[in-house]
Amino acid sequence: MAPAQILTDLDIDFMGKRYIAAVLSAAVLVLFLGAMLFRGFEFGLDFTGGTVIELGYEEPVAIAEITGTLRDNGFPDAIVQYFGSRTDILIRLPPVEEGEDASARRSDQVVRILSEAAGSGVELRRVEFVGPQVGEQLREQGGLAVLFALIGILIYVAVRFEWRFALGAVAALVHDVIFTVGIFSIFHIEFDLTVLAAVLAVIGYSLNDTIVIFDRIRENFRKMRKGSVIEICNRSINQTLSRTIITSGTTLLVLLALYFLGGAAIEGFSLALIIGVLVGTYSTIYIATAMAVWLGVSKQDLLPTPAVKEGEVVDDRP
Amino acid sequence: MNRYPLWKNLLILAVVLVGLLYALPNLFPQDPSIQVTGTRDNPVTEASAAEIAAAMENAAVPVKDIERLPGDKLLVRFTTPSEQLRGAEVMEQTLSDRYNSALTTSPDLPGWLEALNAQPMFLGLDLRGGIHVLIDVDMEAAVDQALERYTGDIRTELRKQKVRYLTITRDAGRIAVRFRDEAARDEAQQIIRKEFRDLTVDTGAEGANYFVYAALPPQIQEEVKDFALEQNITTLRNRVNALGVAEPIIARQGERRIVVQLPGAQDPARLKELLGATATLEYRLVDTEHDVRDALDGRVPVGSALYRERNGQPILLSRRVIVTGDQITDASAGFDQQSGSPAVFVNLDGQGARRMRNVTTENVGKPMAVVFIESRTVTRMVDGEPVKERERTEEVISVANILEPFGRRFQTTGLDSSDEAHNLALLLRAGALAAPIEIVEERTIGPSLGQDNIDQGFRSVMIGLALVVVFMALYYRVFGLVADLVLIVNLVLIVAVLSALQATLTMPGIAGIVLTVGMAVDANVLIFERIREEIRNGSSPQASIHAGYDKALSTIVDANITTLIAATVLFSFGTGPIKGFAVTLFIGILTSMFTAILGSRAVINLIYGGRRVPRLAI
Repeated sequence: MAPAQILTDLDIDFMGKRYIAAVLSAAVLVLFLGAMLFRGFEFGLDFTGGTVIELGYEEPVAIAEITGTLRDNGFPDAIVQYFGSRTDILIRLPPVEEGEDASARRSDQVVRILSEAAGSGVELRRVEFVGPQVGEQLREQGGLAVLFALIGILIYVAVRFEWRFALGAVAALVHDVIFTVGIFSIFHIEFDLTVLAAVLAVIGYSLNDTIVIFDRIRENFRKMRKGSVIEICNRSINQTLSRTIITSGTTLLVLLALYFLGGAAIEGFSLALIIGVLVGTYSTIYIATAMAVWLGVSKQDLLPTPAVKEGEVVDDRP
Repeated sequence: MNRYPLWKNLLILAVVLVGLLYALPNLFPQDPSIQVTGTRDNPVTEASAAEIAAAMENAAVPVKDIERLPGDKLLVRFTTPSEQLRGAEVMEQTLSDRYNSALTTSPDLPGWLEALNAQPMFLGLDLRGGIHVLIDVDMEAAVDQALERYTGDIRTELRKQKVRYLTITRDAGRIAVRFRDEAARDEAQQIIRKEFRDLTVDTGAEGANYFVYAALPPQIQEEVKDFALEQNITTLRNRVNALGVAEPIIARQGERRIVVQLPGAQDPARLKELLGATATLEYRLVDTEHDVRDALDGRVPVGSALYRERNGQPILLSRRVIVTGDQITDASAGFDQQSGSPAVFVNLDGQGARRMRNVTTENVGKPMAVVFIESRTVTRMVDGEPVKERERTEEVISVANILEPFGRRFQTTGLDSSDEAHNLALLLRAGALAAPIEIVEERTIGPSLGQDNIDQGFRSVMIGLALVVVFMALYYRVFGLVADLVLIVNLVLIVAVLSALQATLTMPGIAGIVLTVGMAVDANVLIFERIREEIRNGSSPQASIHAGYDKALSTIVDANITTLIAATVLFSFGTGPIKGFAVTLFIGILTSMFTAILGSRAVINLIYGGRRVPRLAI
């Protein structure tokens, strides 16, 4: 009677389709990597440096008017656009390599010029200025952060499970990162610091998913005397499937709330997580598990050895 | 079966109650207030509270309450923002010479909550509005300046010891002193080694020239840099304090950067002007032995320099500086008692006071000049390229005869207006920057955008939560309701921990909370799915509950630890907003493990434990 029954006695042959999935994944990854290489990214202010000014007007204003005012006052390269509504204006100034302190002051000049031009009713909503040197550091740190997260996870999974699982998990994570980041490249969606944070959160989430299935595979290896590795993996995936769907479902629910209600500042963030949650669920099955199988995971690898037992004891404490 | 011992239930209850207690302050309204701090000469005392109360009463501004805060501050509470603004005006008009005041808001907490040190969450700048500035300190310039000082000192020392040298230059990070013969060089080397132990000293010869090279060893360079950064932080803090912002943050970030955060501040232009400004005073004797007209014709006597007064009048001053701005320990603006013109009252440090006393004793009756030095960075467009130049203006603001010897404290007049006296006193008090600075990042959030962010964040948390709560209740029925209960408790605990730690809540931080809400149910989903499996396998309800919790545990712990790894990496690599996300994610994972495993078990045990249950509503 409960809806739970819908998802219980399934016996889908996930592993049987692993070669098709592998080819598909490989094709998509090549495409996305190509996009990243040739198309690059629409990096946000955090990474490129430059100035963003958001102004709130009382009355709707024309972009051309503002562009004109700025051009006449020494800002020919300012990019002006609406932000959310026709009374909200976003102005971007490209980074200035030289002049240093001056570029921090440029925003003040723009605000003054436009306030004077408009007479009254201009409200300074936001100024963001990032010097070019800071942007460069953030790019570097961002890459390092992803790398260190992957290494930390590789070590943890290798210690708690087995190296084949660890490699499978990390391969799935790399897949998720490339996929999420690739979409931002293909569709030229702005990639800023919050998106980077989301990518790291995706790593955490996707891994969560992977661990749950690995855990079940390990348990089943020990419990089920019969059955091939493929069968046991299939069984495990099916057993955890309803949990997988429900957890990604609830997470997606809140992410959708965040995407539609959270405001423009975290739109990119929520989008990256939505993509990540979807692709993370897929990769758990077809990258992480399939890779561990392909690397030759066997029952012997996971039968309780003294080392594993030790870990168990520690973990059984609440 | 399935009963927790009493102590365990009580422990869980206690954690939840403490959580509720520390989350509570977030529900109280905020009073518009003014935070009052004293100046060096006028610390805040009990009397100040009475004084302020009297001033407010005089101006008919109703005050809700005046209380003393730790760190010698007073908090004046008002009922409405307009009363707060009127109060600020009163402070400005009547007491501004003795106290600094800053607008702020303060939660109106009952005494018992304050006694527990419970406070509402500390909102980041993106939520409350304000200015964030990241400042880069020019460390190379600091080292250069140190080397320049040593160059001067070596020159003076060699002259004093009567060692004859040809030239003394500073290049490529070292000082080179040139001598005509080896004997002089060796003597000089001895002296420099003895007098300047910090320097590494080396010798060399090129053709007929003999050299002593002196350089700063790396360790000393580090010390110089450290000192410059600390000195700059102190200076910036003093300047920012004068701006009248409550709870400013000025902190070192990394090797060479300083973060300045001013919650609620709204004028980035004024802040940047003040941060970068340099103005100082120098005191010199007037050269009365030579004629100014000769100097104007280009024959400036050795040991003197030509200056101009504010009215353009040329004047000859001795090159020797009696005291400089960095020897000034305190300065305040006021009026000269006799003439009534604006004046700055100056206090000198020990060394400066001694020098001043010696010089004035020797020169009673002679004129002394005060030079006002202002330098600012200006950017000019040259061939379409912006070029940065440092502009230095030096003016003689006053010349007066030394009537009698003086030392530590005296006054300087000759300023144009009391505003100028005010600004000069502020900059003198704040001290000079030890090294040039450059603003490399600025983030200003207007107050309305901050409020928008809070509203949007709050709404997405609530709607996300509602969606999950409804879904769980429909899907897992009684167990779902239990999961909902612990999810809400989890949210309260996150807020409580954030409030208790006073960790900064940012917009990405709110996103982290939303994400945790989605993921926190995962632990319960894992457990409930296990219980269902056990039931399908034919176990009794009680055994299913027991096995479900037991078997899901290691999975939950493993899965959460890996997310903790990601959150930790985020925290250590992230800056500002990203850190905020990492913090809430981290806290959320910990609290959700507690509520989803222990909390939900306790409730389930209370509902089903220790009795015969025919079937479970799951």
